[in-house]
Amino acid sequence: MLDRIDTANSLTEIAGVRIELIKRGTGRPLLLLHPAIGIKSTDRVIEELARSFTLIAPSHPGFGRSELPRAMTTVDDLAYFYLDLMEALDLREVVLAGLSFGGWIAAEIAIKSTERLSHLVLADAVGIKLGGREQRDIVDIFTTRQSEVDRLAYHDPTIGAVDHATISDEDAHILFRNREATALFAWSPYMYDPKLAGRLHRIRVPTLVLWGASDHIVSPDYGRAYSALIGGAQFELIEDAGHYPHIERPDLFTRKIVEFVSRS
Amino acid sequence: MKVYSFSEQSYPDAWFDDAESLRVSLPNQHCDPEIASRLYNRYLDEWMLADELGLNIIVNEHHATATCMSASVHLTLAILARQTKRARLLGLGTPIANRNDPLRVAEEMSIIDVISRGRLEMGFIKGVPYEIVPANAKPVHVMDRFWEAHDLILKAMTTHDGPFSWEGEHFQYRSVNIWPRPYQQPHPPVWSSSSSPGSSRALGGRGYVIATVMTGYRAKAVFDEYRNGWKNAGRSQRAPLDRFAYMGFVAVGKSEAEGLRRAELVKSYLQTNTLVAEPYKNPPGFMAASDAAKLYQRVGWRGPSHQMTTKDGKPLGSAAQGSVADTIAGGLMFAGTPDQVYDQVVDFYQAVGGFGHFLMMSQAGQMGHEDTVDSMTLFAREVMPRLQDFHSAAQLAA
Repeated sequence: MLDRIDTANSLTEIAGVRIELIKRGTGRPLLLLHPAIGIKSTDRVIEELARSFTLIAPSHPGFGRSELPRAMTTVDDLAYFYLDLMEALDLREVVLAGLSFGGWIAAEIAIKSTERLSHLVLADAVGIKLGGREQRDIVDIFTTRQSEVDRLAYHDPTIGAVDHATISDEDAHILFRNREATALFAWSPYMYDPKLAGRLHRIRVPTLVLWGASDHIVSPDYGRAYSALIGGAQFELIEDAGHYPHIERPDLFTRKIVEFVSRS
Repeated sequence: MKVYSFSEQSYPDAWFDDAESLRVSLPNQHCDPEIASRLYNRYLDEWMLADELGLNIIVNEHHATATCMSASVHLTLAILARQTKRARLLGLGTPIANRNDPLRVAEEMSIIDVISRGRLEMGFIKGVPYEIVPANAKPVHVMDRFWEAHDLILKAMTTHDGPFSWEGEHFQYRSVNIWPRPYQQPHPPVWSSSSSPGSSRALGGRGYVIATVMTGYRAKAVFDEYRNGWKNAGRSQRAPLDRFAYMGFVAVGKSEAEGLRRAELVKSYLQTNTLVAEPYKNPPGFMAASDAAKLYQRVGWRGPSHQMTTKDGKPLGSAAQGSVADTIAGGLMFAGTPDQVYDQVVDFYQAVGGFGHFLMMSQAGQMGHEDTVDSMTLFAREVMPRLQDFHSAAQLAA
């Protein structure tokens, strides 16, 4: 259903899809793919990254205020959309950084083509299946009480808490658009593509895998195993951060990316 | 008017006072197969009595819940197809968007229709939000999947020179050719349920029977929207009353006190029916994001609650917390002596614009066998004939 959101903000048309796009800063392009909870122009990580890069942070089709074409139903569709986006904006030597669900999209992009990429950064990324059939690698947000999801997702649980009584109409609408789009793309298999792990060897750009040390949605061990499937990838923990290090430690998160790009 | 006897085939022995959820997540260690067996057989006996009393039968299904042990409309109807003689057999319904295999739905329904010699009434439903998780059905685009399954089932039932192939968005088959084909031609009557204007209009456009379940006086708006959909589809005649069905509780006694005592027992359904753990209440995409957002702003993650109003639109509070008197005033419950029950049904009928099918929840919650049998018998003998006369007169006047 994904009803549209009324907005005075201008959307940018990319490959036939009108999306919300934050563009800020100068220098080498960094394409930031947000997690299932979306991204806001007021998030501190935007300001931090824009100091060192030309930051391009779209809302995925169906998320935030971005429109969703009816034919888009899989993460594969999103990956092809972003390949189109990099062509449409003629981005080259891109640092592609994906967060959680956005990390899954980033990995799906990189196995298809790294032609326009210089570096890949995956932070607390989902998308692969590691455990046995009776073991869930990723906490199921669709069967877990929201207060518990918040507790598991953040090093400091007070950061994620949302008050339903004071949330603005637009933020509430976006919250539920994001949930619905997440279900569309990641309902079952839940948050993974069974084929992805076997294709990660195709990624041949320098890759950094960052993980919140306190991530209880997807464990650092999952991150280490993810990293080990990508040739030459480096794995680094971010202390005092949970599933969203870009929110809890935006400064450290940015510094690690800047250092990684400058040394590799 | 056709009257149907309904029970959710519940398992009240697992209804704990402190249970957070009777649905989805209540472990089945609380189900004693001995008790379950006794209950299933008892409920089937009550439907066989309904058949003897001249009542019709309605069967439903839910999943992973102590509130309803019928996990398959088709299984229960298959038994009743053979065991009963006269009753129309309404399944309301089969959640076809949650089924992986609509072809199997077409096959099983055809078998039920053939064994019962054409007594099947075929209900297709979207289902309740909290069964998205146990069905593992993707909640986004659920109605697109619903209508594709519907189209395939009807094509399978009405194609007699098959096989045909189907390559849709949600379902793909290389060879569809069901045996048997249904007994009723071209196919058994189609029903669906609705409590919202949008889906009522869609059903009116297709001319299917619309059932609204314990919606109280909101049933009028639901039926009116159906009529709009019916008219917008280009029909010149008004929608006949046999397109409308209402479900409410019925508790009849020889005395008012006995009827009201039984009403207390069936009302326990309302207290337990909505005991669902928070994450399952409002799955993403099941309702439009804008509506889900408004609900969230109002009540957080608690999900929707069933609010009752009087005939004049005055609020009566939530159905789960209401007294028997409130549920009677809200049009959810018809209880008391046969005279009182007749008056209440007629009053409600007139307020909502009439209906040709009355789906009575004659057993619910903790109401035991003796009470159920007596209440059902009183209704069939002392209320139903008068109600049918009243309805015939209303139809003539319309």
